[in-house]
Amino acid sequence: MNSPDDGQELYLDAASTTPLHPSAREALVRALTDYGDPARLYGRARRARLLLDRCRERVAAAVGARADEIVFTSGGTEAANLAVTGLARAARRRRHLVVGAVEHTAVLNPARALVAQGFEVTEVGVDGGGRVDPAELAAAVRDDTLLVCLQHANQEVGTVQPVREAAAAAHAHGALLLVDACQTVGRLPVDLGELGADLLAASAHKFYGPPGTGFLAATRNARLRPVLLGDERERRRRAGMENLPGIVAMTAALHARLDEAPAENQRLRRLADRLRAGLAAVPDVVVHDQASERLPHLVAFSVLYVEGEALLLLLDAKGIAVHSGSSCTADTQEPSHVLAAMGAITHGSVRVSFLGDADDTAVDRFLDVLPAAVADLREMADLDAQAVERSGGPG
Amino acid sequence: MTPAATVVDCLGLSCPIPVIRLAKAVAAVEVGGSVELLADDPGARVDVPVWCRLKDQEFLGQQEREEGGWVFRVRRAH
Repeated sequence: MNSPDDGQELYLDAASTTPLHPSAREALVRALTDYGDPARLYGRARRARLLLDRCRERVAAAVGARADEIVFTSGGTEAANLAVTGLARAARRRRHLVVGAVEHTAVLNPARALVAQGFEVTEVGVDGGGRVDPAELAAAVRDDTLLVCLQHANQEVGTVQPVREAAAAAHAHGALLLVDACQTVGRLPVDLGELGADLLAASAHKFYGPPGTGFLAATRNARLRPVLLGDERERRRRAGMENLPGIVAMTAALHARLDEAPAENQRLRRLADRLRAGLAAVPDVVVHDQASERLPHLVAFSVLYVEGEALLLLLDAKGIAVHSGSSCTADTQEPSHVLAAMGAITHGSVRVSFLGDADDTAVDRFLDVLPAAVADLREMADLDAQAVERSGGPG
Repeated sequence: MTPAATVVDCLGLSCPIPVIRLAKAVAAVEVGGSVELLADDPGARVDVPVWCRLKDQEFLGQQEREEGGWVFRVRRAH
């Protein structure tokens, strides 16, 4: 536990996970006290089945899908894995995938794992704003392309991707489109038909639902073999008993979010602008906001000459929770693949993402703490470098 | 005759230290002078050219070293 010296915790990491929505909490508690296997035939089981079917219809309606197109999963990662791996397992002649370079690792890693099975994967780069060039993506799609993977919005910098153009490019060659919508479902309008998505992955805990629940929407064009093998639930696309309390809570959260998100987005966009304006006064800070279409609640920036994790920990000591996309730590030596693909500074990266109830005081408190934290770290780095020089250099 | 480049050895040091020491070294040479940065943090491959672009310094190129890591060459442009 951290002990903030500044009163209450200021949580600025909504893009990682969100707290449970009150209506989701209520639905979850109610569903937890009940039990029953929706695959059985007696009354209690049939009631569970009806509840599951009702959730499936409501989740489907929220993303413009049909109820039988929804596969409930343990979250966004499983949904993306099922889409990529499940489609590859069912594929016959098509052995090629196209993926955006800044996709989440839940998409990139299953795609890359297919290379060992004889698939070919083409990664399409991004511009300085983190946006995939639709023309470059279209040029990468071939007649043997099975799947194109393009996220709806990026998890590190918030860039909204040209999904509709990607759909047209994929479909022109008979390929399918997977849209990882984990950052947008429950926040921006998401409609399968409008996006042109054949598969769409979402995660409940990103939209004020519980962790451990998500879904894949897979249209009839998308023939899937299951990744989890066992019983024949979810129309043989995902074995294992459904997490009914989680699904009930996710459904409640999703519908609450459809009502709240539009007005909230306008408010959060103004907060994000206020934060960017404040950041402009901190020397040597580069804000990653070149893309014209972005998530409303997210601001990503790099602080030159500062280690991201060090800054994160210093902010944590002040009771402020943010995420750092840089990974100059011992466990991963590679810099953030998103920032590297953008040609952006990879050290000192910070991602601020607001919860729905954030207000001006949140921005002001952050801007009150950040400049001094940055100055302290730069001073320390300076002393470090001098110490290295005095000791006759490294190694 | 161009004077010899200042060599900055950041082998074994993780980001952002290579960029910090590069910035100091570039500031210390005459305009037109150059700096050779040795680093083996993979982040430097991205950050050094981006830093040059942000600071309008001239990135002359990078080469992999046989002994591991890279050498980056930067010329002070202003």
